[in-house]
Amino acid sequence: MSLAPFVHLLLALVCAPLLFSVINRTKAMIAGRDGQVLLQPYYDLAKLLKKGAVYSGTTTWVFRAGPVVGLAALLVATALVPFGGRAAPVAFAGDLILFASLLGLLRFFTVIAALDTGSSFEGMGASREVTFSALAEPALLLGLAAVARQTGSLSLSTMYAGVDLDTWVVAAPVFALLAGALLVVFLAENARIPVDDPTTHLELTMIHEVMVLDHGGPDLAFILYASALKLWLLGMLLVGLVVPVRTANPWLDGGAATAGMIGVAILTGIIESCMARWRLTRVPQLLVAASVLSALALALMLR
Amino acid sequence: MSVWVDTALVLLALTSLLLVASSRLTRCIRIVAFQGSILGVLTLLVHHDELVLRTLMLAAAIVALKGAAFPWLLSRVLQDADVRREVEPLVGYISSLLIGTLMLAVSFWLSARLPLPRPAVSSLVVPIALFTTLIGLFVIVTRRTALTQVLAYLVLENGIYVFGVGLVQGTPMLVELGVLLDVFVAVFVMGIAIFHINREFDHIDTEQLTLLKDWAE
Repeated sequence: MSLAPFVHLLLALVCAPLLFSVINRTKAMIAGRDGQVLLQPYYDLAKLLKKGAVYSGTTTWVFRAGPVVGLAALLVATALVPFGGRAAPVAFAGDLILFASLLGLLRFFTVIAALDTGSSFEGMGASREVTFSALAEPALLLGLAAVARQTGSLSLSTMYAGVDLDTWVVAAPVFALLAGALLVVFLAENARIPVDDPTTHLELTMIHEVMVLDHGGPDLAFILYASALKLWLLGMLLVGLVVPVRTANPWLDGGAATAGMIGVAILTGIIESCMARWRLTRVPQLLVAASVLSALALALMLR
Repeated sequence: MSVWVDTALVLLALTSLLLVASSRLTRCIRIVAFQGSILGVLTLLVHHDELVLRTLMLAAAIVALKGAAFPWLLSRVLQDADVRREVEPLVGYISSLLIGTLMLAVSFWLSARLPLPRPAVSSLVVPIALFTTLIGLFVIVTRRTALTQVLAYLVLENGIYVFGVGLVQGTPMLVELGVLLDVFVAVFVMGIAIFHINREFDHIDTEQLTLLKDWAE
């Protein structure tokens, strides 16, 4: 068995927090600041892992299970996502459903851990998170269904291996629609602007941050690391479409995919620099629009 | 080349969906202007192998009228009428988007079972033409201001034009220009009508026009 599929696993596990730095650096550069050092997320994780955790007396085992289950779900999901057209370590027909449901599992445990604290603010965040992700999920699944239809395969690995320059030439409008939809899903699921502001600390407006307010120490480290992995994985789904470099040389493919990933992070930084977070009532509009893009792409595929 | 025709058609569908989801009248005017310009480009793309003067002139006329003259006229009306700049929909934006998607599906389904006398330029022509027409009708029904109804009428006409340009190759230039002239006159008259409605009643809400009646009872 070749070691190639595990390169992506290693790369994702090691480099995922770096994406936060790239986004942060981009925003700092546009704002004219120096920004934090590139390794800052790793320092944060190391600092949090050294600390002890404080648990409120009202919480139960659910609260403690939340971050662990979330991280475990994403580690499994990492094994499913192909990298630069290369097959993932685990691939079977229908693994895209498993991928979506693993993201769902992470969300479910984040949400019930938030509800377990009994804090009304966390309940509010949980309610918003569930509402928005319920709208983002159709966009993701319809989009993946369109890719599955185009490549005639139901496994993420073979689906993305089938997307190359030729398919782009034949079906450019469809892929452009899909890229737009997946970009919105990427921003929404990772709690980035314009859906959610990751740096805000005002309970009334935040979504994802508010749900993890009561976690501390290693638990918070798990959550941060899991969200970095989520950023990487959803970004990889987008990059796999937008950077259709499929050559025989694995280094070239991998290099292109990594460059694409950094490009997506820079794009996120640019979007965050030039947009404000939208009003909560307008966010569903954006997500429904993403679903409509995916549905349009699927309709174009099915005709 | 067909991929470019497809791209133009998809852009057409997207602009229709965008129109249904936007809340500002000025934005709506810009969207319809953009849609008009796409039609001009589409004309060139469809007839790219026999680019004669009349095709170029037709495309230029479409872009000039639908992309520049109408938006300018309607912006003027909007400025002079000094009305609220929101669309005031009867159906909310999200529901409109969802209904739009449904109409898209219906158009694809319908076009698959529509017998055509000859194959269209692209298999997208008929569904997108139907969809654009349906969106135009939908906006006429669900938006209250008289201005959006003019815009929707334009979208409706765009849909019919796509049908013509994609399906019937070599429609006489005179017919196309005649239709353009008709649309121009219609938009012109409606622009004036909106201005007068506004001056008379201080609004352009067509719902309240049902109250219009003879005062000498």
